[in-house]
Amino acid sequence: MDIPYIVDERPDTGLTNVKLGIWLFLASEVMLFGALFSSYVLLRLMAPDWPVGAEVLNVPMGTFNTAVLIGSSVTMVFAYASLQMDNLAGFKKFMGATIGLSLLFMVVKGFEYNHEFEIGNFPWTSTYLAIYFTMTGLHALHIIGGVIVNAYFLGPGSKMWETNKTQFTNRIEAAGLYWHFVDLVWIFLFPVLYLL
Amino acid sequence: MTTTEEAVQEAAEHGHEEHGHDEGFWRTYVFSVDHKVIGIQYAVTGLLFLLFGFTLMMLMRWQIAYPGEPIPLIGQWLGDERAPGGIMLPEFYNQLGAMHGTIMVFLGVVPLAVGGFGNFVLPLQIGAPDMAFPKLNMASYWTFFPGGVIMFASFFVPGGAANSGWTSYAPLSVFATTGQTMWLVGMVFLITSSLLGSVNFIVTTVQLRAPGLSFMRLPFFVWAQLVTAFLLLLAFPPLEAAGVLQLMDRVAGTSFFMPSGLVYADAPWDASGGGSVLLWQHLFWFLAHPEVYVLILPALGIVADIVANNTRKPIWGYRVLVASVIFLGFMSFIVWAHHMFLTGMGTTMSSFFQTTTMIISIPSVVILSALFLSLYGGSIRYTTPMLFALAFLPMFGIGGLTGLPLGLSAPDIHLHDTYYVIGHFHYVVAPGTLMALFGGIYYWFPKATGRKMNDMLGKIHFWGSFIAINVVFMPMFIQGLSGMNRRMYDGGAQYVMNQDVLYLNEVIGMGAWTLGFFQLFFIYNFFNSIKNGEKVGNNPWNATTLEWEAPSPPPHGNFATPPVAYRGPYEYSVPGAEKDFVMQGEPDQPAAEPAKV
Amino acid sequence: MSDHVQHHIAVYKKVAASLAVLTVLTVAVSYLDVSVPLAVTIALIIAATKGSLVLSFFMHLLEEKKPVPLSRGGIGLIIGSLLVTALFFLVIIFIPLMGHSDKIGTYFSLPNANAPTVETPAAH
Repeated sequence: MDIPYIVDERPDTGLTNVKLGIWLFLASEVMLFGALFSSYVLLRLMAPDWPVGAEVLNVPMGTFNTAVLIGSSVTMVFAYASLQMDNLAGFKKFMGATIGLSLLFMVVKGFEYNHEFEIGNFPWTSTYLAIYFTMTGLHALHIIGGVIVNAYFLGPGSKMWETNKTQFTNRIEAAGLYWHFVDLVWIFLFPVLYLL
Repeated sequence: MTTTEEAVQEAAEHGHEEHGHDEGFWRTYVFSVDHKVIGIQYAVTGLLFLLFGFTLMMLMRWQIAYPGEPIPLIGQWLGDERAPGGIMLPEFYNQLGAMHGTIMVFLGVVPLAVGGFGNFVLPLQIGAPDMAFPKLNMASYWTFFPGGVIMFASFFVPGGAANSGWTSYAPLSVFATTGQTMWLVGMVFLITSSLLGSVNFIVTTVQLRAPGLSFMRLPFFVWAQLVTAFLLLLAFPPLEAAGVLQLMDRVAGTSFFMPSGLVYADAPWDASGGGSVLLWQHLFWFLAHPEVYVLILPALGIVADIVANNTRKPIWGYRVLVASVIFLGFMSFIVWAHHMFLTGMGTTMSSFFQTTTMIISIPSVVILSALFLSLYGGSIRYTTPMLFALAFLPMFGIGGLTGLPLGLSAPDIHLHDTYYVIGHFHYVVAPGTLMALFGGIYYWFPKATGRKMNDMLGKIHFWGSFIAINVVFMPMFIQGLSGMNRRMYDGGAQYVMNQDVLYLNEVIGMGAWTLGFFQLFFIYNFFNSIKNGEKVGNNPWNATTLEWEAPSPPPHGNFATPPVAYRGPYEYSVPGAEKDFVMQGEPDQPAAEPAKV
Repeated sequence: MSDHVQHHIAVYKKVAASLAVLTVLTVAVSYLDVSVPLAVTIALIIAATKGSLVLSFFMHLLEEKKPVPLSRGGIGLIIGSLLVTALFFLVIIFIPLMGHSDKIGTYFSLPNANAPTVETPAAH
């Protein structure tokens, strides 16, 4: 017996295994970042004073990065749509763009962190910086993970297109869901840390 | 060989061919993706850690019963940093306490109950060939294993293992020795493993049910595992986050949990301050409360299956059980601060949590009542699994009832942090869950190995354990009610108020060592029966659920032909049927409903 | 199928444009001189709007309403799990917060001599 519903959807649930699996994983990630947002709220409320994000962080850089990440989400969904239209070349182009934009995000992040370190702002300097570095750091780790997975699918993983187009498309859909989630976290993280 | 057996043999060989012929020792037994192998790996590892955690406790009970006296036999091997002259140091006592809790909960019970039983039984009970994501399953075990190794290894670093309680409250845990860092890293591995597993369990249960197996025809064991998986999925991540934050406090000098103005070892603590110790408590207990339901739900599932089988009648109130277990799972997320009644919370918050805690006792009582009612009118077979399942019921009852004064904030003022709490939670987990798990092992051992465990040894194991375990935990209520605090290295001897109940320490110690002795029967029985146990066929217990249709042990792929479910899971003593049970997958019975898809 | 996807692509482009606009709005709004609670509310509303767009269209959550009966749990599973998750997310954000405000006495805290003070503008 082979494992069913890898490629086809189960009729009564309307789902493939990977789709349900990735959404459940994302649910757990909501709780992970939720705990960090909760920590942010409690630490901020307890603090006698708390800096305005714009005073400490570089808002233009953060805004640029937000645009970059949202852009990568757009290219990701176009990569998936390309596969749905049987266009492997299109998929490779858009997936490449997604990875490129992600790496750009990381580079900008690197500049931001470096700047903070240069002026003596480390995680241990204040609770604001502690939560800033931790939340953006964990988010960055998620980006790195996503880049690795996406690169795999762009490279060796794309061989599956030759043997099982639907399963490969399902995998890209799952990778896309993860990637959009990473973007979603940043959409909340940016205003909370940089602007408020 | 009959044609069925031939077909199975062929399927097994065909299965092997399909999946790449002879895969070699490592892929077959170590890095296997077969849920049965992984289940056994989890179960055996879990049992080993249970034994280790139990040994830690036996050491502790010596110190508590005879404070300052050299530990016999083992004392000399512990070394001067732990027990100079064989006399346990307080620092080592604290390590034993913290690690006993951590190991029993995270490395013992959960891997056995969820990783072991869940992995092995669940796909079989739903008629699936394996879990939805077999490779993820393997990854889950091999993430758990290093976590366990790190926890074990932490005993051997300078300063020893974590010693701030299994609860690792800040700021003590942030000040603590290296072992605490290893605890945190180990927990990250364990939580990740658990996460991978829980996704697998939910997808498998939803997607891979055999045709005809609707949700309301699932064995209660599967429902219990499904709710448990949701608890693990959603409740563990906050602890993972908190663990990372505490790691940063310890290693990077941040102040997530460190308030301003701390002084440690006569020096101001060199950090920015501004943190909150309560933040750690909130994040920790947000997991740790659902965690205790993770500890009990699989046991309830096991007991339900065993009770139905050994009363030869369906479980009472199946729908009520399902509704209760779902409600219980949901409520478990909003009761956690009943562990924090004494942290200075005001009356509003205390009332909120007290209310939710009282509400959550309702589904627990309903489930227990349904299981008790299932016995009424049954034709009870006192098999070894049934003995354990029967004992579970009143033991869980005691555990649950003793939780009530703890869940109410007023009596909790008196009882918090006393031995009463230890008695309460151990009753639920040890005479409760652990006994149910043993019952489950005796019950499903034949399915996993094709041989039964020895009955006489099983009964000796049961009676010895059952009596000893009550001797260990019942006196703790008395000690707690008289005010004896937890986690005291001298067993409470330094306080005047404890003097009248100090003698119970010796009683409890004797109970603990006796309990340890009786586990020897189980250990011998377990390993000996693998080779020499009485051979059995597919269904030695005359049970109804789908796993008993597969051969014992099932081959790779489990079922020669995909099973179909025609009826509910507990069709015992059906009027008009040939035998006193009708298997779930057996077609063409007068009572059968047409297969629903 | 191709038309179906083409229609989707048109939607994606519109969503992308909306997200760009909302991002600009997010930053612009932050320059308004309003109280902290109001600023937080506005920021969260805009972020939630952006998030909903990503969830609904990029993550196809709106499409998860497949034509299968509710009793089969088909529609409910992903959205149901997410609703439960959202509830617990709110629980973990708000309950510790409420616990902080409802307490007996005040938390005693000394300024730490070692910690450098972080610059704060008077308006905060």
